[in-house]
Amino acid sequence: MLALEVQRLSVRFGEFQALEEVSLEVPEGAFVAIVGPNGAGKSTLLKALLGLVPFRGEVRVHGQPLEKADPLWFGYVPQIKTFDRTFPALALELVATGLRRRWPFRLSPRERAQALEALERVGASALAHRPLGRLSGGQLQRVYLARALVRRPRLLLLDEPATGVDRVGEVDLYRYLEAYQAEAGATVLMITHDWEAAHHASHVLVLNRKVVGFGPPEKALSEECLRQAFGHLGHAHDLYVGGGHA
Amino acid sequence: MLEALAYPFFQRALLAGFLVSLLSGLLSPFVVQRRLSFLGDGLAHAAFAGVALGLFLRGEPLYFALPFTFLVALAITFVRERTELSEDTAIGVFFALSVALGAVFLAKARGYTGDAMGYLFGSLLAVGPQDLGAIALLLLFALLLLPLWGPLAYATFDRELALADRLPVVRHDYLLSGFLAVSLVLAVKVVGVLLVAAFLVIPGATARLLARTFAGLTLWALFLASLSTGLGLWLSFLLDWPSGASIVLLQALLFGLAFTKTLFPGGN
Ligand SMILES: Nc1ncnc2c1ncn2[C@@H]1O[C@H](COP(=O)(O)OP(=O)(O)O)[C@@H](O)[C@H]1O
Ligand SMILES: [Mg+2]
Repeated sequence: MLALEVQRLSVRFGEFQALEEVSLEVPEGAFVAIVGPNGAGKSTLLKALLGLVPFRGEVRVHGQPLEKADPLWFGYVPQIKTFDRTFPALALELVATGLRRRWPFRLSPRERAQALEALERVGASALAHRPLGRLSGGQLQRVYLARALVRRPRLLLLDEPATGVDRVGEVDLYRYLEAYQAEAGATVLMITHDWEAAHHASHVLVLNRKVVGFGPPEKALSEECLRQAFGHLGHAHDLYVGGGHA
Repeated sequence: MLEALAYPFFQRALLAGFLVSLLSGLLSPFVVQRRLSFLGDGLAHAAFAGVALGLFLRGEPLYFALPFTFLVALAITFVRERTELSEDTAIGVFFALSVALGAVFLAKARGYTGDAMGYLFGSLLAVGPQDLGAIALLLLFALLLLPLWGPLAYATFDRELALADRLPVVRHDYLLSGFLAVSLVLAVKVVGVLLVAAFLVIPGATARLLARTFAGLTLWALFLASLSTGLGLWLSFLLDWPSGASIVLLQALLFGLAFTKTLFPGGN
């Protein structure tokens, strides 16, 4: 069963073509690492899947056309946290929006328990009653991840979720994701600049406006693919494959 | 207070005042958090043009102000959605247009501008028995607004997250503008054209200083709007002040108190 079928997806912003004829098939339960240079259209691809940017082409999620897919199937962690920092909100409340797709006036005991459990899962229980506007970047990442997980999504769309997270937290992050996947059979699409994480994925999508490579890491992260994606940067391959940590 | 309550005109003003406060208390958190206070100002001036049109045509000003302000609210939202112009620019255009139209209507409405003061600053006597229909409409509006609180708050917090969750965010924007317009016009009876925008801003601003959550902010705004309206109308009765001015002065006083509280350590 395919979790995601993308056929010839193209996105334009005015004259600028951000994505061109992207096609891919992601089997259920896959862990897809999406890599590519800045401006490659990685975030745009996730946003298109969420209906946030208009596109040409066809997308099916678990066999359903995108318009018919249940919004609660998707768990999204955006790259840029665009929320209003002056909005009076507690971390727990943001997590609860993952449950009901609207801002909570009051949490039912069940919702509260679920939201707290999700925060605990990502090691952020202590943040539950902290004002959101005052959290650090790494703390926000954890809260957003809890929000994405609390609805028990079939498809996790994570846009650089490790950015701002400390080294220990990063290792934790991959552990939570693995645990959730093992338990729920969910599919993960994660944009990352972490070469090691890409190597641990079941699939890697190398993107640069077009699909440069898609497949198991050893194939997609081949020297030729990376050279194509990162252009003249001849050492990209060493960074991804040879160098390990970058 | 008890003495005042014996008068039917005061009862009507109080009833209208509380219902208007309910709407204002519900809308004010969104006005403050979405930075719409200038929209409130723009719509108040549209209401002024509507009132002037009503005086010119010798009809009930409210019935002209209501559709006129509603249309201006939709027009502002439409211009903002369809162009790259910022909201305050769109508002500025309609603001000026409204004041210019209002001035022309008023100039041509000679002899019928006697109660202009009441429309500008509010009057205890403004709410007549025939306005009870409008008040019922108000109650209906407040009830219709309640289920939208959650989705609207979500999109206020982060528009993109709400869109990613497939909420009809743009439709809700229009609804909020529409609600704002209608509430504002109905509040004109009690508070007057010049102060009605403040009436929609100050309770939320004060509440923002006191609350840690958006739900708390809304409850505080409801409480503060009702308190200042009740006391303000009473003050207006006692001292023979324009009702809108009394209410807004009390709102400002409460804002001052809340602000003072934030200046001390341990305050929010
Ligand atoms: N809303 C937008 N309007 C215009 N251009 C955009 C918009 N969003 C993204 N872009 C452009 O599309 C390209 C891809 O952006 P993005 O998907 O964010 O890249 P990345 O791979 O770094 O995540 C960039 O050149 C960016 O400037
Ligand atoms: Mg990006």
